[in-house]
Amino acid sequence: MKRILLSTAAVTVMMLSSCSQQLVRVKPYERGHLANPLMDAGRDPLLLAMTQHAYFSREAAFGGGGVGGGGCGCN
Amino acid sequence: MKSILTLVITILSLSMAPAAEPKVGAALPALSGLLPGASLPKTSGKVVLVDFWASWCAPCKASFSAMARLQQKYASKGLVIIGIGVDDEAEAYQSFVSKNKAAFTLAHDTQHNAAAFFNPPTMPSSYLVDRKGVIRHIHKGFKVGKTEAEYTAEIEALLAE
Repeated sequence: MKRILLSTAAVTVMMLSSCSQQLVRVKPYERGHLANPLMDAGRDPLLLAMTQHAYFSREAAFGGGGVGGGGCGCN
Repeated sequence: MKSILTLVITILSLSMAPAAEPKVGAALPALSGLLPGASLPKTSGKVVLVDFWASWCAPCKASFSAMARLQQKYASKGLVIIGIGVDDEAEAYQSFVSKNKAAFTLAHDTQHNAAAFFNPPTMPSSYLVDRKGVIRHIHKGFKVGKTEAEYTAEIEALLAE
């Protein structure tokens, strides 16, 4: 039983080790696509304003978009 | 059981081992091997500045004018600047090169061989190498004014050695 557990642990570690940081992490020189302006979530000012308004309206009790909320949710 | 544990520890330690990237004090590797097909200048006995840049990196663009000034000032005294572009797209690389005319050598690291070997910690990153071929300074990023002043001081010191 103990042997089976250890073997399972060994196999798991072997599989996980191939997901190590060096393989998964995007290197600074590979960030060309991430640096593309199209990847910016806030590239459309109108969409951004609408999203922020919806977020603020729904999350007023939480503080909305950064301002301390009173909890009325009436914005 | 012992063998399994040994195996686990070995795999773990191997997976966590940092890549052997060039550090200060290490010898500059032969760039011709890392950049096949690129026409590179002779670097033996010269102070070499190896700079990693990309067209999508704004500080890299700012660094080009600074490196052009360094090239103009120190090339005759023995400075060689090699700018290694790491763009994925050849068009983006070519467009950047044609817009930012550089008086120093540029090479396109199409397969990311050089980038993978040097593993630059940020973009841009540069490696300043002395006349003996030893990496003496590594610059992470480019700050207008500050980095150029550092380059100037370090290059003058290395040229005087």
